[in-house]
Amino acid sequence: MDKFTTLTGIAAPMPLVNIDTDMIIPKQFLKTIHRSGLGKNLFDEMRFNPDGTEVPDFVLNQPAWRDSQIIVAGDNFGCGSSREHAPWALLDFGIRCVISTSFADIFYNNCFKNGILPIVMPPEVVEVLMEDARKGANARMTVDLENLTVTTSDGQSFPFELDPFRRHCLLNGLDDIGLTMEKAPSIDAYETQMAQSRPWV
Amino acid sequence: MTGKTNAGAPRTLYDKIFDAHVVDRQEDGTCILYIDRHLVHEVTSPQAFEGLRMAGRKVRRPDQTIAVPDHNVPTTADRVDGIENPEGRIQVAELDKNAREFGLNYYPMNDIRQGIVHIVGPEQGWTLPGMTVVCGDSHTATHGAFGALAHGIGTSEVEHVLATQTLIQKKSKNMKVEITGKLRPGVTAKDITLAVIGKTGTAGGTGYVIEYCGEAIRDLSMEGRMTVCNMAIEGGARAGLIAPDEKTFDYCKGRPHAPKGAAWEAAVSWWKTLFSDEGAHWDKIVTIRGEDIAPVVTWGTSPEDVLPITGTVPAPEDFEGGKVEAARRSLDYMGLKPGTPLNEVRIDAVFIGSCTNGRIEDLRAAAGILKGKHLAPGVRGMVVPGSGLVRLQAEEEGLDKIFTDAGFEWRLAGCSMCLGMNPDQLAPGERCAATSNRNFEGRMGRGGRTHLMSPVMAAAAGIAGHLTDVRELLAETV
Repeated sequence: MDKFTTLTGIAAPMPLVNIDTDMIIPKQFLKTIHRSGLGKNLFDEMRFNPDGTEVPDFVLNQPAWRDSQIIVAGDNFGCGSSREHAPWALLDFGIRCVISTSFADIFYNNCFKNGILPIVMPPEVVEVLMEDARKGANARMTVDLENLTVTTSDGQSFPFELDPFRRHCLLNGLDDIGLTMEKAPSIDAYETQMAQSRPWV
Repeated sequence: MTGKTNAGAPRTLYDKIFDAHVVDRQEDGTCILYIDRHLVHEVTSPQAFEGLRMAGRKVRRPDQTIAVPDHNVPTTADRVDGIENPEGRIQVAELDKNAREFGLNYYPMNDIRQGIVHIVGPEQGWTLPGMTVVCGDSHTATHGAFGALAHGIGTSEVEHVLATQTLIQKKSKNMKVEITGKLRPGVTAKDITLAVIGKTGTAGGTGYVIEYCGEAIRDLSMEGRMTVCNMAIEGGARAGLIAPDEKTFDYCKGRPHAPKGAAWEAAVSWWKTLFSDEGAHWDKIVTIRGEDIAPVVTWGTSPEDVLPITGTVPAPEDFEGGKVEAARRSLDYMGLKPGTPLNEVRIDAVFIGSCTNGRIEDLRAAAGILKGKHLAPGVRGMVVPGSGLVRLQAEEEGLDKIFTDAGFEWRLAGCSMCLGMNPDQLAPGERCAATSNRNFEGRMGRGGRTHLMSPVMAAAAGIAGHLTDVRELLAETV
């Protein structure tokens, strides 16, 4: 997993609430057995017409936001299914950070496994960031995970909170499985004790 | 909050199950939680097995891992000849390879016990009270009906569980959803769960584990309880659960993988301690009177877009903030005009099935409405049992005959139309009365329009040719 330290990039404004994982990556693209290559299908049914041509109004199709690395989104981003194809598609497109007032639980978890930083901000801050994102390619937003701040193109800085363990893993690009494997003796001990207390498992 | 409960302090059911599975706890409350049952299907697992292989890791507990293909499998009889779609075929073949290579408990596509993973788990007795159950699928919440802590995970976490039989977790907050009193005739578990989401919103449960309780919940069968918990995720909750009781024990007893003899007795005596203590702390409480719940349908493209069938299609201006634009978009997608009575909305298709409502009692309920009746002209209908065993049972009871006489197609088990990853899909613009769980844009096929409702409401809509109040049909038959 790639480390996440600071990111300066274009932010795409997506004020729609309840952007669900079916919108992020529709079911027909879940048939892959790989993690990569999903970026071209990100937001497929919003981004492309049935004949494959681009929907010109869609934000990521507009010249100013084609190279976005950040999304500023409406409430409850990533609701719906557990498909990790959603963060895989975002990452493959080049999105490393999503900012919203709230995220669905499983999507939020999945982001951290893929080096994507989801940031929860209060509604009034999301509003300011949304306005900044609307400026497009001439404006760059900066996300600083070390110092836990988001800074707009005109220098307004907003702090955010993040679980210290998640921050540590993201800053260092750490693999969860490797970390847990180090606790193997505790897992062994738990299983030994479970064989006594809950033998039916 | 560190999630650590003081010894002796009153605890919720969730607290008790969580505490019983903690392998390791860091000072900041991050825990390694032991996983008792890991369910695996073909869509969210191939990359996880690939990751294991690349790292040279094994499946730690193949005996606690259960694999079944469900999302991609066709529901027509010709599936014995294989899956036509090449990508779907590869995914199912990958699961087959992985299940055999790693020695998992496995129900292949043409095994009579195959079905939707969340129906197979309970049916085979894998899901038991007090367990932790995970699957790379958000509707894992279903298993909470047994008083198990069950939730969906992403593929990286699937790999984590395969390798370590644990998950890294922080404790969620506790939310109590109480449904008091009795339900009125024609009102079902599906109406309860939709009504709760209608009240709390799709993000209302974010950060919480919900415990459903109250007389109306206690009165539900195990299958009804599974319907309620299944959609906890649609309310944003990590999991939904219901304290086990005699109904739970009766349901589990004698199932292939339920404990037997002395182990059964020991299990039941522990299961009987699994309830929320008097005085336990709740971070949020929602109470709904059972008698206030009407048969409901969804009108939009979010499961929170719920209204009683007696209502009318709302206008974007009825909402506030970001929901105004979302409602406008939903109405446009759904092809609905504000002010239209919901019971005048014409439908093209009926889908009865899914992990929400694909169990035998759901099929019995729908068949009870359809007996001696027929789908309205121009309406197509599909019944997809949740497992091969549900299908067999229904055929023994003659339900298949009722459905086919009514003009429905009687299918093999699978996820089917609930998410169009297999040949069962809606055409663009086609409108469906569905017993499934998500009305998202494109969920049942690009451009397809989904109205969520209970099996009896879907059956009644099929007969009428438009959304309708099942209570009127029930009144006629009395």
